[in-house]
Amino acid sequence: MIMDMNTPLTKNIKPDRAFATLDNYLSTGGYEGLRIAIKELTPLDVQRAVKDAGLRGRGGAGFPTGLKWSFVPMGEDAPRPKYLVVNGDEMEPGAFKDRLLIERDPHQLVEGVIISAYAIEASMAYIFLRGEYHLGAQRMKQAIAEAYDRHYLGKNILGSDYSLELHVHTSAGRYICGEETALLNALEGKRANPRAKPPFPQISGLWGKPTVVNNVETLCNVPHILHYGVDWYQELGRGEDKGTKLFGASGRIKRPGLWELPMGTPIREILEVHAGGMQEGFRLRGFLPGGASTDFLLPEHLDVPMDYGAIEKAGSRIGTATMIILDDKTCPVAMVLNLEQFFAQESCGWCTPCRDGLPWVVSILQDILNGRGRMDDLDTLARHTRLLGPGNTYCALAPGAMGPLQSALKYFRADFERFIRQNTEGIGRMTTKNTKGFSLSAVEGGQ
Amino acid sequence: MPTIEIDGRSYEVEAGANLLSACLSQGLDLPYFCWHPCMGSVGSCRQCAVIQYRDAHDVQGRIVMSCMTPAADGARISIEAPEVKAFRAEILELLMTNHPHDCPVCEEGGECHLQDMTVMTGHTFRQYRGKKRTHRNQYLGPFIHHEMNRCIACYRCVRFYRDYAGGDDLGVFASHNHVYFGRHEDGVLENEFSGNLVEVCPTGVFTDKTLSEHYTRKWDLQAAPSVCVHCAVGCNISPGERYGKLRRVINRYHGEVNRYFLCDRGRFGYGFVNSDRRLRKAMIEKQPAVSGEAAQQRLSFLLAQQRGKVIGIGSPRASLEANFALRERLGADYFYAGFGVDEHPLITAIAEIMQSSCARIPTLREIEQSDAIFILGEDVTNTAPVMALAVRQAVRNASFEIADRLHIPRWQDEAVREAAQQEKSPLFIASCDRTRLDDVATATFRKAPDDLARLGFAVAHLIDPEAPAVTDLSEQERSEAEVIAGALKRAKRPLIVSGSGCGSLAVIQAAANVALALPEKAKALSLVVPECNSIGLAMMQGRLLNEAFQLASTGAVATVIVLENDLYRRAERVVVDRFLAEVEHVVVIDHIGHETAEQAELVLSAGTFAETEGTLVNYEGRAQRFFPVLAPADDIRSAWQWLSDAPGQTDWRHVDDVISALAQRLPRFQSCRDAAPFASFRITGMKIPRQPPRYSGRTAMRANITVSEPKAPDDSDSALAFSMEGAESARPPALNPGFWAPGWNSNQSVIKFQDEINGHLRGDDPGVRLIREAGRASWFREIPDAWRVLSDQWLLAPIRHIFGSEPLSALSAPLAERIPEPYLALNPDDASRLEVGEGESVELELLPQMERRVLTVRLSAELPAGVAGIPVGLPGLPGTAFWKAAKLGTIS
Amino acid sequence: MTEDRKQETENRKQRDASCLFPVSCLLPSEIEAIKAEAGHYETPSAASIEALKIVQKNRGWISDESLKEIAALLGMAPAELDGVATFYNLIYRRPVGDTVVHYCNSASCWMLGAEKVRERFCERLGIELGETTKDGEFTLLPIVCLGACDHAPVVMVGESIHHDVDEQQVDRILDGKR
Ligand SMILES: Cc1cc2nc3c(=O)[nH]c(=O)nc-3n(C[C@H](O)[C@H](O)[C@H](O)COP(=O)(O)O)c2cc1C
Ligand code: SF4
Ligand code: FES
Repeated sequence: MIMDMNTPLTKNIKPDRAFATLDNYLSTGGYEGLRIAIKELTPLDVQRAVKDAGLRGRGGAGFPTGLKWSFVPMGEDAPRPKYLVVNGDEMEPGAFKDRLLIERDPHQLVEGVIISAYAIEASMAYIFLRGEYHLGAQRMKQAIAEAYDRHYLGKNILGSDYSLELHVHTSAGRYICGEETALLNALEGKRANPRAKPPFPQISGLWGKPTVVNNVETLCNVPHILHYGVDWYQELGRGEDKGTKLFGASGRIKRPGLWELPMGTPIREILEVHAGGMQEGFRLRGFLPGGASTDFLLPEHLDVPMDYGAIEKAGSRIGTATMIILDDKTCPVAMVLNLEQFFAQESCGWCTPCRDGLPWVVSILQDILNGRGRMDDLDTLARHTRLLGPGNTYCALAPGAMGPLQSALKYFRADFERFIRQNTEGIGRMTTKNTKGFSLSAVEGGQ
Repeated sequence: MPTIEIDGRSYEVEAGANLLSACLSQGLDLPYFCWHPCMGSVGSCRQCAVIQYRDAHDVQGRIVMSCMTPAADGARISIEAPEVKAFRAEILELLMTNHPHDCPVCEEGGECHLQDMTVMTGHTFRQYRGKKRTHRNQYLGPFIHHEMNRCIACYRCVRFYRDYAGGDDLGVFASHNHVYFGRHEDGVLENEFSGNLVEVCPTGVFTDKTLSEHYTRKWDLQAAPSVCVHCAVGCNISPGERYGKLRRVINRYHGEVNRYFLCDRGRFGYGFVNSDRRLRKAMIEKQPAVSGEAAQQRLSFLLAQQRGKVIGIGSPRASLEANFALRERLGADYFYAGFGVDEHPLITAIAEIMQSSCARIPTLREIEQSDAIFILGEDVTNTAPVMALAVRQAVRNASFEIADRLHIPRWQDEAVREAAQQEKSPLFIASCDRTRLDDVATATFRKAPDDLARLGFAVAHLIDPEAPAVTDLSEQERSEAEVIAGALKRAKRPLIVSGSGCGSLAVIQAAANVALALPEKAKALSLVVPECNSIGLAMMQGRLLNEAFQLASTGAVATVIVLENDLYRRAERVVVDRFLAEVEHVVVIDHIGHETAEQAELVLSAGTFAETEGTLVNYEGRAQRFFPVLAPADDIRSAWQWLSDAPGQTDWRHVDDVISALAQRLPRFQSCRDAAPFASFRITGMKIPRQPPRYSGRTAMRANITVSEPKAPDDSDSALAFSMEGAESARPPALNPGFWAPGWNSNQSVIKFQDEINGHLRGDDPGVRLIREAGRASWFREIPDAWRVLSDQWLLAPIRHIFGSEPLSALSAPLAERIPEPYLALNPDDASRLEVGEGESVELELLPQMERRVLTVRLSAELPAGVAGIPVGLPGLPGTAFWKAAKLGTIS
Repeated sequence: MTEDRKQETENRKQRDASCLFPVSCLLPSEIEAIKAEAGHYETPSAASIEALKIVQKNRGWISDESLKEIAALLGMAPAELDGVATFYNLIYRRPVGDTVVHYCNSASCWMLGAEKVRERFCERLGIELGETTKDGEFTLLPIVCLGACDHAPVVMVGESIHHDVDEQQVDRILDGKR
């Protein structure tokens, strides 16, 4: 049990089980947090608990969850209906944490949703799942049906006068749907262009009504905060930040995977202890600590703890906390090209810098890798990292895309230059195996 | 008023504005694309960036989009800081990565907002080496060309077409840099305002096909301040001419009337000016006259011979000057207005109501601000299109109130729409058949005209018990009236819209009662009439056409002068045939050939709006002057000239003389002298040139004929010159042929002429309101009985079409493509009773004359039973609604 | 032909025979499912993506005809729905094979051999990326990260996810399908 108390999010996720059933979930104290919230606390009490616990958003931006909720207009005069929306879009390359929670312990998310919806007096909640998570959708729907049967959902939850409807929405691709305001447009059945902020969704969100969007993992924390208390939760963190976190790693490591560890666990521990270090014959060149939209860090950063502030100080972001490992046999320039192709293709096409800047970046990187690069291309790339920076674009997709590029220019500049020099010195064109791109249009139907 | 600091200087700006419009209002240059002055901000193009500083100590600041940032008191920004100038140049560079650089062959060239902004940002060097993405173009119908490769994805087109104009067949497809703007499949863009895409698009994606037919660069087009002649709204236009042909019509901003947009009838209906059917030569007995003078003499001869037996028939599509000249020449007793036999009483009633102070007559700007609208019996989109566009904006007022509550600035377009969702200000439409505004209506009611009137009378009584009551209301009628009356009573700025559209006097009177019933300051009534000078003519008080017919049947008419009018559109064929036979001498003064002209002994070739000067009075009683854009050729003269040039008749030498005489003779026209400055007006001694300063090739234009350049035609009638020399600035708006400012070659230059963004033109919007409400209006009391379906007889309700119901625009070839085939609209139950289906023929026996017609059936689910809809003015159908009822039968 | 499709063809034949004026090409079951989805939202048009997916599941892709009817059902203009349909990459506006093979080409899979997997698929199926086999069985498309990076390379065949895919596994997948 002690062990389970340290890994609240994954305690029901056992290798010997396909997924946690309702009985499994109840047997480890499931829906206890809901009972406490609904029977003993007011919505504002719940908000305060989550705020005091120090829970920060696990979707990438790390915004304090309780604070986010506190912007929702409350009380009699508040506009209605209000909505809670779960962000289960998880499409950022390298990220694979929410799928585990959705597929393997769906009731934990359902409970988190109900408590959080209660906290903001929402009467309707949606779980927004990316279209490819077929299994996840199926398990969520089953869990929701069971929750309705047990009166955790629907009218007068657990005999209280609080009622909530919960529905699963499955999407149809496009990374931008994960951006919370684009997600709202997607949920409204529109093109998933993001929206301008302000107004923030808490004021005018889904169908213009107060709405909170939270990540799957964020909400999965909530039942435990309510059940075991704020103090217990705060104790879980190892550094500045509170609670536990799913950390993941993929690439040329011995044991790619996902582990629930205290916030503040040093990167070295994750990579060397849990992931087992690099595969034979490969050395660590660098890594993206929080998925595709974070800046590269180097081996010299291995002792940085996975805390929001610490990673930022090191020059990157904790993001989704799922790391992509760059080994010494993979070309960093080609890897950056792969990432930028992703971002260019997933741009929604709404704002100029992102829509037209990213394809330019891609075309320069292709030129460089194909031996047509020029030294001043590096200036052009650097110029883009500023041009597409935070505040300059309509949403955070393009600034995210600039993370790996700007850090690669900083840390792997020699690799870029080597390709370019081979061009100008006329030694002949060099290509790497991994540079083959694909047309941005190959994926789409339509125009 | 907030004070903001821009690059170290203080400015007082409008409250509630965003930084972009605040800067532009101050006359500063700041590039933008996705923002449009009347469509608000969406922040997508990122072109309008400025640096904003937190306070006086902040030297770094941060980049913000000026269009998305409130111009709050104390804000400090920089437009000029090098880093933000570089940012804007880089954004432009990105927009240009895929742009085809086809300016030399692009029809937008020379008036391209993208060109202007490229120069403004200073982006000159292309660094992008990659491939450009390319798109396939679409066929979009007869009006608009599509060249998608030029697209810079500002999203303005869809925002105008869908959000502003209510169209649903233009969209945005795909994503990332493949976003595509077009229809979901090739085909005609159906919205009535599609032509504005040409002006809304900042580059050459959507261009004017009619201009393309005989393309000329903007700088080579001679232009003139003009007024659209295709309906009674009176949108201000800027027609463009080259080589004696009219080449296009574009919008000319007017702060109270059309502002930024025209309808497709107005924009693409100009083809009649260049048409083969133009009457260019005077004709005597079907032969070209030896000279204009010979024709003139013939007219004088006829007039001299037959004193007392000459009558004149005026026209609601002719200018005040033309109508007045006819009236003056023959005497008021001999002046017949020339309205349709059925419409004369309606238009007269409308003009009287307008002059009776029953209510304020709102401008289009005011219509847009209404917070509850009741439309009674009018399909505004098809009769006064741009007014319908204003009504469409008015329903958004509810959303602005919601936005205010949430502290969302009104200009933050997407956010306001999202916050408001479907919430709309109340709009009630009561009409015979469906209308194009139904999609934004709170509720619609379909009724026969008499029942529409009853509904109106009932609403009036519910608002003000003093208004006469309808005594035998059904339960349903009562509850409908209560809903409408309730909403109007709650409104702060209610508006009643009606007109002659459904052909019923009772409907007009009912609408007047509703307006009169409204509280003192809130009375607003907008009455639609069909033609560009219907109101002006009605104010001249000519006699009824039927009286002319009667008079002729007694043999008392020897000569009739028909001014700019085809009588066959105004009365039944048999009647007109008889009349023309009974009159000995038929004289027609017109610019376009028609059946009446074909029967004339003497045809005098008049100028169109493009060749003459004149004054039109629009639906709000605003007298507006139009000026010729090209000098008349051949025998073409202004109608008033034909009528006045007879020796010894008048001392009118210039149109200004006619206007002065009119003002003197009929005091209600007094102020129409002020519609525009007279011919003697000069700016520091100079006239105003019609040609832009870069007008090119003047000396080569006729080189194929002769190399010597002829003297430019003289225009002694106005302060404008057929020249490129003259006053470039300080032009009074009424005399400004078009908008241009240094660095602003596109239509966006209009912002340099407004007192503030979206405001009035500096120097005042053109035209004068002739109607100053006076006297006290009284209730109309003749309430019709409830209408009953007759077993063997159908009531014919007129249906108006934006394309086809108005005769001049119908002559423009591209527009003609959009005219529906003549048809008879039937309710499906009636059709099945008659055992006819959609597309099948039905025979009409028109009452009371028993004339027979065969028309194909079009089913219209919303027509009331027993009412058949008959389209007005389509080929072979009358131009006004004089057929009232018919028996229908299948064809045996 | 899959069972679903056989059923669909059968249904269509029956309907066309029984009805003089085929008002709709959508099946009653599809219409019902779309209406049920629409009921979960404030406005019917919010169900647009789900509606497209319902029809696509039955028919493999969204034809112009289907698009127009779905639009009508949801009270949308075809242009508006098509704007949505073409935005999302999992809605196919062109015909695809009975089984769509999506191979992940994002960072982790790319590093661990996604290109080899793709090449093997292309070789075995005799098609290029984005193409459909002549027999209409398979379409090969790239897809972004499938959220299983710890098991890269990852491939999604139809609705099922395959982990740690190498060339041999490509063969096994295809052999199992044919
Ligand atoms: C391009 C883009 C993609 C995103 N994708 C996701 C996602 O898939 N899942 C997610 O939870 N948050 C994603 N986010 C972050 C969300 O916008 C938002 O911050 C988050 O859902 C808030 O939840 P949280 O406060 O619980 O973290 C994305 C952001 C951007 C800019
Ligand atoms: S609304 Fe009337 S006046 Fe205005 S452009 Fe259209 S037709 Fe001309
Ligand atoms: S005009 Fe401001 S972002 Fe486009």
